[in-house]
Amino acid sequence: MDAFINDRQNSILTKGKDNAAIACGKASVAGSVSQRACVFCGSRVVLYPIADALHLIHGPVGCAAYTWDIRGSLSSGPQIHRLSFTTDLKEKEVVFGGEERLYKALISLIDTYKPKGAFVYATCIVGVIGDDVEAVCRRVTREKGIDVIPVMSEGFNGTKKDGYKIACGALSKLIGTDTSFEAPEHSINILGDFNLAGELWMLAEYYKKMGVNLVAAMTGDGRVDDIRKAHKAQLNVVQCSGSMIGLAKEMKEKYGIPFMKVSYFGIEDMSDALYEVAKFFKSEEMMEKARKLVTEEISKLLPQLAQYREKLEGKKAAIYVGGAFKAISLVKALRLLGMKTVVVGSQTGNVDDYNLLKDMCDDGTIICDDSNPNELSEFVKQTGADLFIGGVKERPIAYKLGLGFCDHNHERKEALAGYEGMLNFAKEVYASVCSPVWQFMK
Amino acid sequence: MFENAPIIKSTKEFTATRNACKLCAPLGASVAFKGIRGCVPIIHGSQGCATYIRRYLISHFKEPVDIASSNFTEEATVFGGGANCDRAITNVIGQYNPEVVALTTTCLSETIGDDVKMYIHDYKKNSELKDLPAFVTASTPSYQGSHMDGFHEAVGAAIKAFAKGGEKGTHINIFPGFVSTEDLRQLKYLLSDFGIEFVMLPDYSETLDNPIWNTYKRIPEGGTPVSAIETCGRAAASIEFGTILNSGALSGRVKNTKLSATGAEYLEKEFEVKNYRMPLPIGVKNTDRFFNVLEEISGKEMPIRYLTERGRLIDSYADGHKYIFGKKAVVYGEEDFVVAMTTFLDEIGVEVVLAATGGESGNLEDQIRANCPERGEQILAKNMFDYEKIREWCQENKPDLLVGNSKAYYIARELDIPIVRCGFPIHDRIGGQRIKHLGYAGTQDLFDQVVNTMIQYKQDHSPVGYKYM
Ligand code: SF4
Ligand code: SF4
Repeated sequence: MDAFINDRQNSILTKGKDNAAIACGKASVAGSVSQRACVFCGSRVVLYPIADALHLIHGPVGCAAYTWDIRGSLSSGPQIHRLSFTTDLKEKEVVFGGEERLYKALISLIDTYKPKGAFVYATCIVGVIGDDVEAVCRRVTREKGIDVIPVMSEGFNGTKKDGYKIACGALSKLIGTDTSFEAPEHSINILGDFNLAGELWMLAEYYKKMGVNLVAAMTGDGRVDDIRKAHKAQLNVVQCSGSMIGLAKEMKEKYGIPFMKVSYFGIEDMSDALYEVAKFFKSEEMMEKARKLVTEEISKLLPQLAQYREKLEGKKAAIYVGGAFKAISLVKALRLLGMKTVVVGSQTGNVDDYNLLKDMCDDGTIICDDSNPNELSEFVKQTGADLFIGGVKERPIAYKLGLGFCDHNHERKEALAGYEGMLNFAKEVYASVCSPVWQFMK
Repeated sequence: MFENAPIIKSTKEFTATRNACKLCAPLGASVAFKGIRGCVPIIHGSQGCATYIRRYLISHFKEPVDIASSNFTEEATVFGGGANCDRAITNVIGQYNPEVVALTTTCLSETIGDDVKMYIHDYKKNSELKDLPAFVTASTPSYQGSHMDGFHEAVGAAIKAFAKGGEKGTHINIFPGFVSTEDLRQLKYLLSDFGIEFVMLPDYSETLDNPIWNTYKRIPEGGTPVSAIETCGRAAASIEFGTILNSGALSGRVKNTKLSATGAEYLEKEFEVKNYRMPLPIGVKNTDRFFNVLEEISGKEMPIRYLTERGRLIDSYADGHKYIFGKKAVVYGEEDFVVAMTTFLDEIGVEVVLAATGGESGNLEDQIRANCPERGEQILAKNMFDYEKIREWCQENKPDLLVGNSKAYYIARELDIPIVRCGFPIHDRIGGQRIKHLGYAGTQDLFDQVVNTMIQYKQDHSPVGYKYM
C-alpha cells in the first residue's frame, strides 16, 4: 500500500494482523480526498429535521446550496426545514461585515415564515470576518419573541463530530424552557433518529404499543415546542451515539435523566431497544407487550427474509458509513442475511467503536477510519467484496468496479430501521447484489 | 399532512437568498479543471467545501469525482494556509502522480489573503522531486461570483498558464462552456466530420463520464493535454460559446483578484487569435451561426450529414409546432444556458414568460432582447433570482412549462406544471450527463421532449385519454 498517504497508515488495520489501536478522530490529512465534511455539516445534519424552525446559513452561497433538502428527514407537518436560506454574502460584507445583512435577512424571513424558532449557522467565513452572530441573534430574539439560536459551526474549527457537539449545545438551549409541562408516566425522548423515510414514526409506533410515551424526538420530525419539554422525560433513548451522546450526558447531569444507547438496525438490536426500555421502567406488563410485539414482528419477518438469505449466503460486504455505531449494527444485520463483512470503516468512529468492530469481525477484515476513494477501492478489490454499503459519494466507486451498493446514509429514501426496515434492507441488498447486470462487468 | 410554505407575493423582497439558483465558484472551477488531462483539482480551504462540491457533482455525473482539499484547520485560518497547501500538493502527487495540479481557492482562503501563486512558486523552488507536475491556479471566492464565474476563471487560468505563441497553425480552439459530457462528445464528432483540427477546453467528456473499469483509476482517462493547450496561442481562431460568460457583476467587487477575461479573450489580446463569440448552439438559428463560422474558418462546406440533420429538425418543427405554440414557459439556470434555451423556445413559438438565473452579470436582459426576435421584448429576464422567487412567480402567473435543471422539480410538483429537465444539475434522474443540447441533433432531442411533454400533460389530464396525437 505504498502509494497511500503515509500519515494514514495508522488509521487502517487488518484483523488478525495488526494489534495496535487504530488512529482516529484526527483532522483529515491535507491533500486527501476525504469523504468527510466539516463542522457546519455536522451541526446542519443534526438540526436539519426540526421542521418548524428557520435554518439560516450565514455565509456565501455554497454552504447553503449544497445542503438544500439533502436529507430524507420527513416531517408530518411544517416543511420550513426543507428550504435553504442563506445570507449569500458578497464581497462587500466580507470586507465591511455581514451583521446588518444577517439582521435584515432574519427579520424578513421570520415575518414571512413565522417559525417557532430559528437557527443561525455561522460558516467559515463568518468566523474570519468577525461578525458578532450571537449579538444579532440576541437582538432578533428580543424583537421577534422567538428563540434565535446561534450555531457557531465554522467549518475549519474541527471535524464533523465537533459540529454534532455544537448542534447539541443549540438544542440544550431550548431544552427546559417549557416549565409548565408535566410528562405522563413512562415517557421517553428519542435521541439520534432523524426520521429518514419515516423511521421515527415506525419506532414511535412500536413504543406506543408497549405503553411508552414520546415527549420529544431529537431531531426526527422535530418541533421546537417538543424540544422545550424534553427535560421532563424519564429516559433518553439514544441512537447513533456519535451525534447525540453528548446531549444525553448533559441532560443526565442537568436534569438527572438517565440514558441508554440503542440501535434500530437489524432484528437483534431493534428488539433489544424495546426490551431495554421495558426493563428500565421495571414494568412486567410493558415487557409482556414488548415480547408480544417482537414475536409477532419476527414471525412475520423471518419467513420473508429466508428467500433473500438463500440468495445472499456467503456473499461479502464492505461498509463505509458516517458513524461507527451504525457500522456495528450493519455487521450484525448482514450476518442475519448470511453475509460476511470484509471491510468496515467510518468517518467518525472512536477507539472503543473500532475495538468492538475488531472483536465482531473475522480475521482478515480491514478496519479503517476516515478513508478515501483510493483506499476504499483498493480494499474492495483485495477482499473481493460483492456489496458496498455507504453514502452517495461511495456509490459511483462501487458501480464503477462492478459491485452492488446499498445506500445507508442521510439521503436514503428507504426506511431501514426496525423490522420493516430489515426487510427493506434485505430487498435492497438482494436487488443490487443479485442483479444480472454485473455479468457484463467481469 | 405536509404543509406547503405560505403564499408569498413574488415582489416581496428578502435579504436572504431562498433556495439559490446558482452554486459556488470552486464547483465550476473544479469541473473545468477536470477537463484537463491528468489533472487533480485541489480546493484550497477547509474540508467541507470540497466534500460538498464532490457530492453535488457525483449526484449529477454518477461518477467518482476526486477533488482534494487542503483541509484548513483553525491554525491555517489564523496563520495562513501555506503549510496546508504544501502538504496537499505533496500528498496529491504521491497518491495520484498527476500531470497537472490545479488549485482553486475558496471564500476562506481568499478572505485570509492566501497567495496561492506564491505558495506554488515556493513549492517548485523547494521541492526535491524531479518531475513536478504542471501547476495552475484559479482565484475563486464565491462572494465574487457563481459557479459559472469559477468555471470561466479556471479556463482562463489554464490558458494563461499554458498557452504559447508562435507561428499560426490551421487548428482552432473551441471553448464550449459548461455543457453536458454528451454535448462535448457531439462537438468533437462534429468538428472531426468537418475535418477541422481543434483543441477543446475543457474536455471532461471522458473524465466525468467514464465507461466501467476493471481496476480503479486514480485519475480517469481523457481530458485535454497540457501540450494541446500550449498550442492554443497559435490557433487560427477561437470559438467561444456564451455571450455573458464571466462578465460584469451586480454585487460589485471590492477587490479584483480575478482575471476577468475569458480564455478566448486572453488569446485574442495576447496572441491575436480571432475570437468568434456566440450563444450556445441550441436551436436552428444559433446552430446555423455556429456552422457558418465553421464554414468560414475552414473554407469547407457543412458535411451532408448535418445538412440532413438540419432538414429533419425543421421537418419536425412542422410536425410538432401546434402542440406548443403560445405555451408559456419559464426557463432558469445558468445565464448563457438560459439565453440559448430562450432563443430556441422563441423560435419554435413557445412564449418564454420568465427567464431567470441566480447569476449576477446584470446582462441577462440585454442578451435575451438581442437574441430573441419573436418575443424578446416581452420576456421578463431576471438576474439574481432564486427558486423560491421562481416558485412565487409561477404561483401567480401559472406557466405551462418549466425548462431547466432538476432543482425546480419541487415547483413543478406543487403547482402541477410539466418540467423538461436539461442543463445542470440533474439530480433526480439518471443520464443527466448524457442529455444532448447542442447542434441540430441536440435541438432535435430538446424539441421532441418539449412537444411530448406538452402532449403527455394533456393526455394525462384528459378525461378519456387518447391513442393518437
Ligand atoms: S465557503 Fe465559499 S467556496 Fe466554500 S462552499 Fe461556501 S461558498 Fe463555496
Ligand atoms: S465554507 Fe466552511 S462551513 Fe462552509 S462548507 Fe466550507 S468548510 Fe463547511
